[in-house]
Amino acid sequence: MKIEFTLNGEKKHLDVHAATRLLDVLRGHFGLIGVKEGCGEGECGACMVLINGRAMNSCMIPMGNLEGKNVITPEAFCQSERGRIIEDAFMEAGAVQCGFCTPGFIMATASLLNANPDPDEAQIREALSGNLCRCTGYTAIVRAVRIAAGKGAGAC
Amino acid sequence: MLDGYLPAKLSEALDMMAECDCIPFAGGTDLMVQHARGSGVRPCFDKTLLFVSALKELKTFDLMGKTLRIGAAVTLSELLENAATPQIFKEILRQMAAAPTRHMATLAGNICNASPAGDTLPYLYAMDAEVILQSRNETRVLPVADFITAPKRTQRKNDELLTGIRIPAAEFNVESYRKLGQRKGMSLTKASFLGLASTANGRIEDIRIALGSVAPHIVRSRKIESKLTGKNIKDIPGILQELQKDYSALIRPIDDARSTAAYRKQVSLRLIRDFLINCMLKKIP
Ligand SMILES: Cc1cc2nc3c(=O)[nH]c(=O)nc-3n(C[C@H](O)[C@H](O)[C@H](O)COP(=O)(O)OP(=O)(O)OC[C@H]3O[C@@H](n4cnc5c(N)ncnc54)[C@H](O)[C@@H]3O)c2cc1C
Ligand code: FES
Ligand code: FES
Repeated sequence: MKIEFTLNGEKKHLDVHAATRLLDVLRGHFGLIGVKEGCGEGECGACMVLINGRAMNSCMIPMGNLEGKNVITPEAFCQSERGRIIEDAFMEAGAVQCGFCTPGFIMATASLLNANPDPDEAQIREALSGNLCRCTGYTAIVRAVRIAAGKGAGAC
Repeated sequence: MLDGYLPAKLSEALDMMAECDCIPFAGGTDLMVQHARGSGVRPCFDKTLLFVSALKELKTFDLMGKTLRIGAAVTLSELLENAATPQIFKEILRQMAAAPTRHMATLAGNICNASPAGDTLPYLYAMDAEVILQSRNETRVLPVADFITAPKRTQRKNDELLTGIRIPAAEFNVESYRKLGQRKGMSLTKASFLGLASTANGRIEDIRIALGSVAPHIVRSRKIESKLTGKNIKDIPGILQELQKDYSALIRPIDDARSTAAYRKQVSLRLIRDFLINCMLKKIP
């Protein structure tokens, strides 16, 4: 199937099998390895990207569903002003240990702050409930999101 | 065989459904898991995938009189964001999966997947919701409760697409939804309970009770509900045992990886009791 979509601001044309997972295209074809494969079934958030501004798991997206969509990966997002604020907040809060989950958490944070620039703790925990972290115990991650929101990551 | 097809409009999708054997593909949150083949590997489907989630005709959401009409491509997140979605339905949707899954998953997919653990189903059964099925030459409307015939089985014909869901409005002053599961991001419901009632001057005018994941189908009994309609709330304790016995006969759970039959049965009966006693008695003037 011929698919046209925008990846990190650039138009892409691909001829791929319709069921090919976006995750495999990003990692295998484009070498964008910020997305990780954890569970492969939508439960861990390690493969998360932004599609039209919303966090989605790329292991669950077949290329056939991507026509005309705007995909942002952790690599490109962290080059942006907002991305840098969120990344710095994760470091400041000590929210990163092994780092496997971190790109996904940053995508989920971006998606939350797009919709709600000033979330309370319950809203943060709800928005991050699709991401698993085996190291930090989440408290530092919640703090990171608050720091990022406080520094205006939702506004710019 | 074509691997996938992206119709530009609904009529084109219905032509495809008529002419070749296709799998309608919406958010894919059930399909991708069901057809997964492991890490780094493309899922395997034995038919052409017909991608319906971008069809404008299926993205509609409106109120016709008092009936909520939801297009088949509307996502759970879009339902949560819409002011017309009733609060109790939002409560149910909020407890389904996590935001990234809800951004993709559709109500139509939850219905067509026809799992007894589908979390929107108790609500749709309780509200007497209907599905609209369209093929190239025909449109038919069926109650959700008739559309689903058995676990994983529906009355959808090979050439039909589910194009919309209709939920007739009803007002309730007692609403209770309880979902028992493990971690929230996951799909595993052990048992769920929905109770809706409207009362006036201490009398029950309308009452609907539906349970999920505790039988091969959603449990809702108009016969038992009719024993309660018209009754005074203060008389419920007197007939509680009889009602629990009636429900007990309908609750036929299984043992599986998520829970045991004995637990599911006991907890269901307690949730019924909690609703009929604790929630309802508060409404005695
Ligand atoms: C991490 C995770 C958590 C989840 N949590 C929950 C949960 O808490 N509760 C719950 O109930 N479910 C849960 N699910 C299951 C799933 O997300 C829901 O069932 C969802 O509503 C399915 O919608 P979809 O659009 O993704 O369906 P799809 O996967 O696209 O399709 C599901 C089925 O419906 C058919 N179909 C879809 N649209 C149409 C149409 N228009 N016409 C005809 N047939 C159609 C498909 O052919 C397929 O058989 C979860 C899934 C994941 C991956
Ligand atoms: S790998 Fe996609 S959600 Fe876990
Ligand atoms: S930091 Fe290791 S999994 Fe989150």
